Amino acid sequence: MKLRSMLSLGLASLATTLTSVAVLAADAPAAPVPNKGDTTWMLISTVLVLLMTIPGLALFYGGLVRTKNMLSVLSQVFAIVALVAILWVVFGYSLAFTPSAIGDYVGGLDKLFLKGVTVDSVVATFSNGVVIPELVYVVFQMTFACITPALIVGAFAERIRFSAVLVFVTLWVTFIYFPIAHMVWYWAGPDAIADAAKALAAATDDAAKAAAQTKLDAVMADAGLAFQWGALDFAGGTVVHINAGIAGLVGAIMIGKRVGYGKELMAPHSLTMTMVGASLLWVGWFGFNAGSNLEAGGGAVLAMVNTFVATAAATLSWLFTEWMAKGKPTLLGMVSGAVAGLVAVTPASGFAGPMGAIVLGLLVSPVCYFFVSTVKNALKYDDSLDVFGVHCVGGIIGALATGILVNPALGGVGIADYAMKPGELSVADYDMATVMMGQLKAVALTLVWSGVGSAILYKITDMLVGLRVSPEAEREGLDITEHDERAYNY
Amino acid sequence: MKIVMAIIKPFKLEEVRDALTTIGVHGLTVTEVKGYGRQKGHTEIYRGAEYAVSFLPKLKIEVAISSDLVSQVIDAISEAAKTGQIGDGKIFVSSIEQTVRIRTGERDQDAL
Repeated sequence: MKLRSMLSLGLASLATTLTSVAVLAADAPAAPVPNKGDTTWMLISTVLVLLMTIPGLALFYGGLVRTKNMLSVLSQVFAIVALVAILWVVFGYSLAFTPSAIGDYVGGLDKLFLKGVTVDSVVATFSNGVVIPELVYVVFQMTFACITPALIVGAFAERIRFSAVLVFVTLWVTFIYFPIAHMVWYWAGPDAIADAAKALAAATDDAAKAAAQTKLDAVMADAGLAFQWGALDFAGGTVVHINAGIAGLVGAIMIGKRVGYGKELMAPHSLTMTMVGASLLWVGWFGFNAGSNLEAGGGAVLAMVNTFVATAAATLSWLFTEWMAKGKPTLLGMVSGAVAGLVAVTPASGFAGPMGAIVLGLLVSPVCYFFVSTVKNALKYDDSLDVFGVHCVGGIIGALATGILVNPALGGVGIADYAMKPGELSVADYDMATVMMGQLKAVALTLVWSGVGSAILYKITDMLVGLRVSPEAEREGLDITEHDERAYNY
Repeated sequence: MKIVMAIIKPFKLEEVRDALTTIGVHGLTVTEVKGYGRQKGHTEIYRGAEYAVSFLPKLKIEVAISSDLVSQVIDAISEAAKTGQIGDGKIFVSSIEQTVRIRTGERDQDAL
C-alpha cells in the first residue's frame, strides 16, 4: 500500500512539474544567446577593418605623396584611429546606436561611457532570433568610425596642419559621422518588429488592434531618418564613402591648392607603398563588407563574393579605360580601380548578386576615372588623393546601383520585410521607384549634411588652430615642419 | 694633374670602369645625377596628372689623373660609353691645383 501511494504521489508530482515546466516554456521562451561562430566572425572582421586603416589606408595614401610628406600622412591616419576609438566608446556609440527624442537624426546619451553595456549584453542582427554580443558590435562599428575621417585627409594632404586634423576630426565625427551613421543604420531590429507585428496579428477587437498598430508604427519609427525611407546601405557606401568624399572635396576647396600645383612635379614617391596599401585595403574590406552581415551566414558569404568580383571587374575596367585613353596600362590606375570598385560594392555587397556586382565594378571605374581626370582638371580643384573622385562618386554610383541590383530579377536578395510574417524574414515586392527614391534621398541627405556641416567645421577649426601651414613650411615638407621627423633617413 | 669628369648613361658604368682599369686608372668617384641635353624626356601619368619629365637619370664619373694620361682616358671613356644614340653624354677636363692622399700625407703626383 505504501509503495503504491508513494509511486502515485511521485507520478503526480512529476506530472505537475512537467506541466508547469511546459507552461513556463510557453510563457517565457529562452532569450537568444550569441552563436560562437557569429561572434568569431565579428571579431575577425573587426581586426580586418582596423588593418584596412593601419597600415592599409596609411600606406595607400602615403605612397601617393612626396617623400617630404610621407610621415605626415602616416601620422595623421594613425592619430585619427587612436582619437576616434576613444571618442566612439565615450559617446559616439551612444549617439549612433541608441534612441532619443530626436531619434530621426541622432541617438541619445543612454550609453554614454558604454553605460549598461556588459559582456552579456546582446544586440540584434538581420535575422530573427539571432544576436551577437553588444561589445563586439561596438568594437566592429568603432573601426568604421575610425576609417571614415581618415579617408578625408587625402583630399588636403601635403598642406594641412596636424593640430587642425585632430581638432577637425573630433568635431566632424561628433556632428557629421555619428548622426549620419544613426540616420542610415539605426533601427529597432527584427525581433522588436516581429514582436509588435505578432501582437497586431493576435489582437482581437478594434481597440486592441489600434493599440497594437500604434505600437508597431512606433517600432518602425524607432529608426534613423534614412532607414525609415527604406534606404539600403549594407556596409557604408553612404555613411562612410559619400560622407568622407564630400567632406574631402569641401576641405580641398576651402584649404586651397598646394603651392606649385599644376606646375611642379608632384608624382607619387612610392607606388610600391601604394600597391601594398591597396592590397591591404582589398583584403581588409572583406571584414568591412562581409562583417556587416553581423553573422557568419549566407549573407556574409554573398558579401565576400561580391566584394571580390566587383573589385576585380573595376580593376580591369580602370586598366583598360586608361590604356585606351592615355596609351599605357598603369599600376596606379589598377589600384585606383580596385578601390573604386570596393567603394561602389560596399552598399550593395549584401544585396546584389555576383553578376550584378561585376556589372557594378565595370561601370564605376570609367565614371570615377572621368571625375579624377577630366572633371578635376577642368574645375581646377586640388583634391590631392582623389577622395571625392573615388569615394564620393564611387559611393553615389554604388548607392544608386544598390537600388537596382537588389531586385531579385537581377540576382539580388530583395527587400527584407520583418512584419509580413513575424518571426521570419520575408522578401517584399520590389518596386524600383520606391527603392530608388530612398536611395536618392539618402545620398542627398548625406551630401547636404556632410557638405554644409563640414564647411562650418572647417571654418571653426581654422579659427581655433589654423588649417594650413605656411608656404615655406609647405615647401620644406610637413614631416620636418610639423613633426621634426623624417620618413626616410637615407 | 687633371680631373676628368664624364656624364654617361647609367648602364655604361661597368664598361667604362673596365676600360679605365685596362689603361691603368684604378680609382674613380661616381655620383647619380639628373640632367638633359639634346635627349628629350618622357611623359609620366598619375591618374589625372600628366607630367613632362625632362630630367633623365645619368651618372657622373670623376677620375683624377696625371696630365700625360688625359687623351688616353678620354679615348677609353668615349669608346666604352658610346652607344651612338642621343644622350651618350659629355666629358670635361679641368686642372687640379693640389692633390693629397689623406692616409699618408703624400702630395700631388705621389698622391694620384
